[in-house]
Amino acid sequence: MSEVILLAHGAGGRKSADLIRDLFLRHFGNPALNVLGDSAVLEIPGGKVAFTTDSFVVDPLFFPGGDIGKLAVCGTVNDLAAAGARPLALSAAFILEEGLDLDTLERVVASMARTASEVGVPIVTGDTKVVPRGSADRIFITTSGIGIPFVAQRQTPPQPSPQRGGGYPPTLPPRCGEGWGGVCLCAPSPECAAQGDAVILSGTIADHGMAVMTCREGISFESEIESDCAPLDTLVASMLEACPDIHCLRDPTRGGVATSLNEIAVQSGVCIEIYEPAIPVNENVRVACELLGIDPLHVANEGKMLAIVPQECAEAVVEAMRAHPYGRRACVIGRVQERPAGRVHLRTALGSLRILDIPAGDLLPRIC
Amino acid sequence: MCLAVPMKVVEIVGDTARVEQEGVSRKVRIDLLGGVELGDYVLVHAGIAIERVRPEEAEETLRLMRILDVEIR
Amino acid sequence: MKYVDEFRDGALALSLADAIRRECRHPLKLMEVCGTHTMAIARYGIRRLLPDQVRLISGPGCPVCVTAQDEIDRFIELGRSPDTILVTFGDMIRVPGSRASLEDERARGADVRVVYSPLDAVEIAAANPDRRVVFFGIGFETTTPAVALSVLEAQKTNLANYQVFSAHKTIPPAMIALVSDPEVAIDGFICPGHVSAIIGSAAYEPVARDCGIPCVVAGFEPLDILQAILMLVRQAVDGRSEVEVEYSRAVSREGNQAALDCMRKVFVPCDAEWRGLGVIPGSGLELRPEFSSVESRKSKVESGKPKVSTECECGSILKGLKPPRACRAFGKACAPEHPLGPCMVSSEGACAAEYRYGAES
Repeated sequence: MSEVILLAHGAGGRKSADLIRDLFLRHFGNPALNVLGDSAVLEIPGGKVAFTTDSFVVDPLFFPGGDIGKLAVCGTVNDLAAAGARPLALSAAFILEEGLDLDTLERVVASMARTASEVGVPIVTGDTKVVPRGSADRIFITTSGIGIPFVAQRQTPPQPSPQRGGGYPPTLPPRCGEGWGGVCLCAPSPECAAQGDAVILSGTIADHGMAVMTCREGISFESEIESDCAPLDTLVASMLEACPDIHCLRDPTRGGVATSLNEIAVQSGVCIEIYEPAIPVNENVRVACELLGIDPLHVANEGKMLAIVPQECAEAVVEAMRAHPYGRRACVIGRVQERPAGRVHLRTALGSLRILDIPAGDLLPRIC
Repeated sequence: MCLAVPMKVVEIVGDTARVEQEGVSRKVRIDLLGGVELGDYVLVHAGIAIERVRPEEAEETLRLMRILDVEIR
Repeated sequence: MKYVDEFRDGALALSLADAIRRECRHPLKLMEVCGTHTMAIARYGIRRLLPDQVRLISGPGCPVCVTAQDEIDRFIELGRSPDTILVTFGDMIRVPGSRASLEDERARGADVRVVYSPLDAVEIAAANPDRRVVFFGIGFETTTPAVALSVLEAQKTNLANYQVFSAHKTIPPAMIALVSDPEVAIDGFICPGHVSAIIGSAAYEPVARDCGIPCVVAGFEPLDILQAILMLVRQAVDGRSEVEVEYSRAVSREGNQAALDCMRKVFVPCDAEWRGLGVIPGSGLELRPEFSSVESRKSKVESGKPKVSTECECGSILKGLKPPRACRAFGKACAPEHPLGPCMVSSEGACAAEYRYGAES
């Protein structure tokens, strides 16, 4: 094979076939994929299916703590997890720039394979296109994923817990239509936050965005900030085990925790108040944010989960999270209130209250 | 118009110093400050050290605030 | 973080706020003239800790806010030549000129790059010897020495392709212009901490002595700002009008002479137009004649008469005559995603800060 990607690699002929066999099958190989049919045909249990898609265009391709390949797998696995679903299968479509180093592509593909293997989810179908030099920035990846809701797999109703005083209090959110023994079992949804709910965060924020930011041209800092990129499917499984009635789950990616909470506040018609001192931030990330004038709550995360849960379950959920490697610093960061609907409030360490808004756009370093 | 963060000088090479806080470091120009020494804290703005942080003054400012705090309570 | 966290102590902040409440005798209007102070006051909800009698107003302290539309238009025009790379601080990217912002221009194909330091711009020039690299010189006296250093650095390394488009301005002339305006009635200035680290607290003595306005130079942490307000309250109660320094750990009376010398080596005062305020004599900085090859400003390009929105009330807001919410366009025609004037554009502008961080009453 040549050392760089050529237009021929995307043309569907011999070079395409070579690339699929020698690179993609070698790393991703599994029964469904190996058939190389136009579609993968999968056996799935009856009931609901979660389905998501995401594109990945991160620059640089390799950053401290991860790369575009790892991101492409984790991002989609986490979107499924945020719907309370275990990942069943992924697809991976590549748009490659003519002239891309084959070694670079191999590194990315190997990383995807490693991450997918760690999660135990096969990449069952894919596509490759090559565009002329200059039409794409080296690699763009789109992954789609299907998943089976964790809670739908339960065969028996959840047992009343002695620690919780003998029963699950009925906490059906306003829009909920399904229940089981008084417990809501429909998938977590951004529309389901209810007054009194606790807001839980799985760990430190802004690691990913700042790891990528410090690699940018014109921003020359040295630090040991690493992306938090990680697959959270088993973390979410343990959370739902502790509390099947989790109202909302969201992985706060682009736009940070601020954007995710604002979206939930609007969609659920509630006010979310968070307590600034409770939010975990690594010291080096805090310094990097201060230097560039960036609010950590606006910065992307790629290995964190926000959960909005009935107040009674908060302690159990946090405990379950802290027992998991990706939730060691989980904590309650706030509370859902009724009014003013659609707003997110931040209480500062001084006790004063301010509105937490979504960022205007791309995060930019400031001198003022 | 004044985002500047205090950072500790950990290495000096001619006109340039490496400064650091909590594991984040960068090289900054120190030629607009005379007599910078290792261990000094300097205010870093737009890649330049614009002033030294005077530890005695910092202590004094805090001390006065703490006295006020005691009086108020 | 050392020298930062100690000055964010919640308990001490509440004690300072308490002291302000106890000692303040009559209503006071205090103006800060630093965008970073505007940001900090909003970020920590300082206003909510103060008694109603103490009113904080945001003056024209944001160098991004007060850059004239015409200057942005001309800088953008320079980028229309294919051989030119425009380099800027992040703050300026979304600021609209009369028609477009640098972000819009980048989308249309202009080569616009963001840096944290002007020295990074010099590196871009070194890496692109066959292209002209123009740096947008924005900022008050905190930043200008860094830009001056970049000009000297380029000269030292014989980089003929590095140029600066200077829109730099200085603070003391603006403060004097403000207090000379009969409409504007200020009882005290919270003076900018890092500008003062460069120019020295003595720079405000004309304001205190000749105009009778108390001045306190403040740092940027919540304890600094509250302490400075307490010092202004005490001056008002005592009937004093002096220059005092709260930010003594970084500010001296004389300032940073080496930084001032560097600035003066490269720049010389000139008249400047402040967006919303008009021309303030001697308040701008342009490159000295010997640096004319580095100066992009003189290559004036026709860019048409700048359009000024009639709804925009930034002029009154910058002078402290109106709060952001009194502007008819606030939150409607003018919001952070589609800003009319500078107060909404910069994330530290009075209107943007109010929009983002002002809690509901």
